[in-house]
Amino acid sequence: MRLESYRSPELSRRLAARIAVLAREAGREIAIMEVCGTHTMSIARCGLRSLLPANIRLLSGPGCPVCVTAQRDLDRAVAIATQHPVQVVTFGDLFRVPGTQGSLEQAKAAGARVITAYSPLAALEAARAEPATQTVFIGIGFETTAPAIAATLQRAHTEGLENLSVLSLCKLVPPALRAILTGGQARIDGFLLPGHVSVVLGTQPYAFVPAEFGVPCVITGFEPVDILQGLVMLLEQMHGRRAAVEIAYRRAVSPDGNPSARALLAEVFAPCDAEWRALGTIPASGLALTPAYTLFDAARRFPVDLPEPAPQKGCMCGEILTGRAAPADCPLFGKTCTPETPVGPCMVSSEGACAAHYLYGAR
Amino acid sequence: MAELVRMAHGSGGRLMHRLIEEIFLPRFGALPGGAGDDAAEVPTEAGRYAFTTDSFVVKPLFFPGGDIGRLAVCGTVNDLAAKGASAEYLSAAFVLEEGLPIETLSRVADSMAAAAREAGVRIVTGDTKVVERGAADELFIATSGIGRIADNVNVSGANARPGDVVIVSGTIAEHGAAVMNARHGLGLGGTELRSDCAPLSQLVLAALAATPGVHALRDPTRGGVATALVEIARQSSVRIVIEEHAVPLRLPVRRACELLGIDPLYVASEGRMLAVVPQTQKDAFLSALRSHPLGCEAAEIGRVEAGSAGVVLHTTIGGLRPLIMLEGDPLPRIC
Amino acid sequence: MCLAVPARVVELLPDRRARVDLDGVQLEIRTDLVPEVRTGQYVIVHAGFALTVMDEEEAEETLRLLEEAYAPGELPQP
Repeated sequence: MRLESYRSPELSRRLAARIAVLAREAGREIAIMEVCGTHTMSIARCGLRSLLPANIRLLSGPGCPVCVTAQRDLDRAVAIATQHPVQVVTFGDLFRVPGTQGSLEQAKAAGARVITAYSPLAALEAARAEPATQTVFIGIGFETTAPAIAATLQRAHTEGLENLSVLSLCKLVPPALRAILTGGQARIDGFLLPGHVSVVLGTQPYAFVPAEFGVPCVITGFEPVDILQGLVMLLEQMHGRRAAVEIAYRRAVSPDGNPSARALLAEVFAPCDAEWRALGTIPASGLALTPAYTLFDAARRFPVDLPEPAPQKGCMCGEILTGRAAPADCPLFGKTCTPETPVGPCMVSSEGACAAHYLYGAR
Repeated sequence: MAELVRMAHGSGGRLMHRLIEEIFLPRFGALPGGAGDDAAEVPTEAGRYAFTTDSFVVKPLFFPGGDIGRLAVCGTVNDLAAKGASAEYLSAAFVLEEGLPIETLSRVADSMAAAAREAGVRIVTGDTKVVERGAADELFIATSGIGRIADNVNVSGANARPGDVVIVSGTIAEHGAAVMNARHGLGLGGTELRSDCAPLSQLVLAALAATPGVHALRDPTRGGVATALVEIARQSSVRIVIEEHAVPLRLPVRRACELLGIDPLYVASEGRMLAVVPQTQKDAFLSALRSHPLGCEAAEIGRVEAGSAGVVLHTTIGGLRPLIMLEGDPLPRIC
Repeated sequence: MCLAVPARVVELLPDRRARVDLDGVQLEIRTDLVPEVRTGQYVIVHAGFALTVMDEEEAEETLRLLEEAYAPGELPQP
């Protein structure tokens, strides 16, 4: 199971050659959207764009959990850290995102207890280690991460842990796809669907995309060969005037997904309306705690004073997140908005479209 | 909101460079030709000397492959080696937190003595301060070091020239991966993640003896290989192209970085040296490195070209991407 | 949101945990999401949990198909 096989320069070249042929055949600009921050990162890291023909545009959609976390939710996380004597545990991804009154990183510099971790289990361990301290886990992520958070809470529930709570900010991908497609302005010719979200979901939740909108979808992995294979399969669907949900990432994704993970999710979380940064409220697109787990809700346990959200003038993250504009179209890009001084979420997160463009260069 | 010092200011990346440029350089100035290197050449009537200072705050104090004491000696020695100097004398100042077990201090001092012997240097002067419990995290060490530069050696990050080749003395990212694992309690087990902390004086001197015309040397510590190369590219106003497939990286270290979502090109080494050498001296230089135990995996990883100052990575699949300086330390990610 | 890597299960541990190996790096993870996992299988690890058991046959098959379909020297098909 060598990852390196999926990084083969030879196979990459051949797949890129096939893409070139199909793109030439299409004879027009083709816009393909990926909706996973990890895809944005992988594509940027391996310099994939420089291997693609000029008429293929890769758009980065709202698949970065950091980018889509609403300002108000981030402000709540920072406020909990600064207004209550708690220890906050967060994924590193969120640490530097600036809220209305600064980021979690700045809160830590000013004296708040904030720990970065790569697993929600770190919050469980932190809570066990200090029974007299309240531990708050900032629960961002999509369907890949939500089951891990659910399992962690299930554990906490079994142990009767009273000093752990979660700020439930997880979001769901299929409703976001619907919002992008019904938003209308951007033409999207195909979706590269997130491989690891799909490990959990399988193919069924995406069926509406080809069925109602006629847009091809390919569930794709994250190595260069995976992404190139995904692109080939999308182009071949377009070429054959077909639209379906196909799986390229067959070593990890089965059509039925992971039923155990979904069952765990359903025990702890239920869909709720959620506010997405720059996309507004999308119905049934977030996850709230079920009645049995409401006691773990950090928003209830820790009331906070929230600042008035400061709208950022000129910021085009909304259009960029929905594929209607490119980073370079934004008047703030590279001037007032840089990775060091980010204005909007697309620049803050290293997997945001603007950051990826700035850091790794666009073709 | 008043700007506060953040952890990222100490990571070797953009924020740290800004701090130096905005706070220190305007007030202290820099010796001509010296700004940007890890050690300064100080002119004396007795010959050319390199002078450096460093401080060590690593947590935990003891980690697989090393400890703060060994790191202090090797880090200082290596900064001097990066200026082409043979380290001779070190100082060591200690800031101790009230409550630190004396036994811990003894272990650190033992390690420093052993590292000093290994490096062929003497620690000749020092200082000790104790602060109240809570005012320092166990133990900090600040060092300085001095060493002679041979007359025929002229090494600086500003000396890279188009046509030069870029060489690294061994596998990268080992120290950072091991320390990150230990510090954050990531629980990556097995014996594969160990710091590469080692003194490089003898390695560098042997290589310089074979090829005195080396243009630049840098030890890729905080910020990793990428940051060190960006610094050199800027100092020399050249374009550096790195071949991703040629960068030596052990598989377990690669996997640890993948697990955390961290790019190994930005992860620290403490026993490795980057070199920029003229094309004509490449083979002799590599040969000299490879004859030494600390350089046996030395590899050519890139080249210097004329062009706008910066670093570009030629990826394993044939793509191109710029390598820039990060704002701060890479953090473990889920995305 | 999808950062996950394949690892081989080397030992099942009590209480829904397992030890996995990634080419010499070992890690303890939770198996709550893959209750049927067995030693020797490969799993995808994300945020300290195994997300799914990998299908090694599919992995081989995919590579084989890719190698064949895009063999060098074949005329590109319209």
